[in-house]
Amino acid sequence: MKVKDLKELLDAEVFCCEDNLERQVDSACGCDLMSDVLAYVKDQGALLTGLVNPQVVRTAVMMDMICIVFVRSKEPTEDIVALARDNGIVVLNTSKRLYEACGILYSNGLTGKATKS
Amino acid sequence: MSEPLVFHFDIDGEDFISAGQASIQIKKNLRRLGLSPETIRRVSIAMYEGEINMVIHAKGGEADVKVYEDRIEIILADKGPGIKNIDEAMQEGFSTASDTIRSLGFGAGMGLPNMKRYSDSMDIDTTVGVGTTVTMVIKIQ
Ligand SMILES: Nc1ncnc2c1ncn2[C@@H]1O[C@H](COP(=O)(O)OP(=O)(O)O)[C@@H](O)[C@H]1O
Ligand SMILES: [Mg+2]
Repeated sequence: MKVKDLKELLDAEVFCCEDNLERQVDSACGCDLMSDVLAYVKDQGALLTGLVNPQVVRTAVMMDMICIVFVRSKEPTEDIVALARDNGIVVLNTSKRLYEACGILYSNGLTGKATKS
Repeated sequence: MSEPLVFHFDIDGEDFISAGQASIQIKKNLRRLGLSPETIRRVSIAMYEGEINMVIHAKGGEADVKVYEDRIEIILADKGPGIKNIDEAMQEGFSTASDTIRSLGFGAGMGLPNMKRYSDSMDIDTTVGVGTTVTMVIKIQ
């Protein structure tokens, strides 16, 4: 699906990099532990997390991800948004909880497995 | 043998929030050099975990990234407390990090194993009370 589909499914707000809403994401991961993302994630384009700090953005940059979704209405601070903008990563925020947000995306075809690997 | 291209960074050990800036910069520099995404990813993840470690365990240090024709060397040197037992530190899940660090998404004891996983070779030179130097080599693919 495209980032904009993901945004609509989660009824999410966009904080930066609207230009990248047309980009394709084939898989995602939901995680609050950044070291686990760094260890196990491969080519997942979206990161859903309840953790809100700049390390989430840096982790997403390291993994070449396309977008970050902050769950449970957690507002990213301006420094977080600025860092994401600088690195071309779309930042979204949804009122849904992590489990629910992941479930919605999964049942709409966004799996946890990257198609290219 | 031609001289490597060297990038040097002083890693500020004062705050966890800014940790990782050098790794982001390295990622940008390597992209500009036109290396493959896979090589860039391995270098930047390995360095990022190492940079975080220097900040959370050793109050900062210095990072040098040397780009040779066939490989990249990452040298992370700190004057922190050193590592008592390297075998123990290398185990997945072993961590002496504080709950504060854990609540920020790190400190799960995955850093050193990740660094080993993403590099082709890793050497840890450490002395308790003196400091730690981690050297990682990643072949350019
Ligand atoms: N640069 C360092 N200086 C001192 N101790 C370190 C350093 N790097 C790692 N360690 C020790 O090794 C342990 C394991 O490191 P790591 O696998 O990165 O896990 P974590 O950082 O999550 O604790 C740390 O908890 C710490 O005790
Ligand atoms: Mg670590």
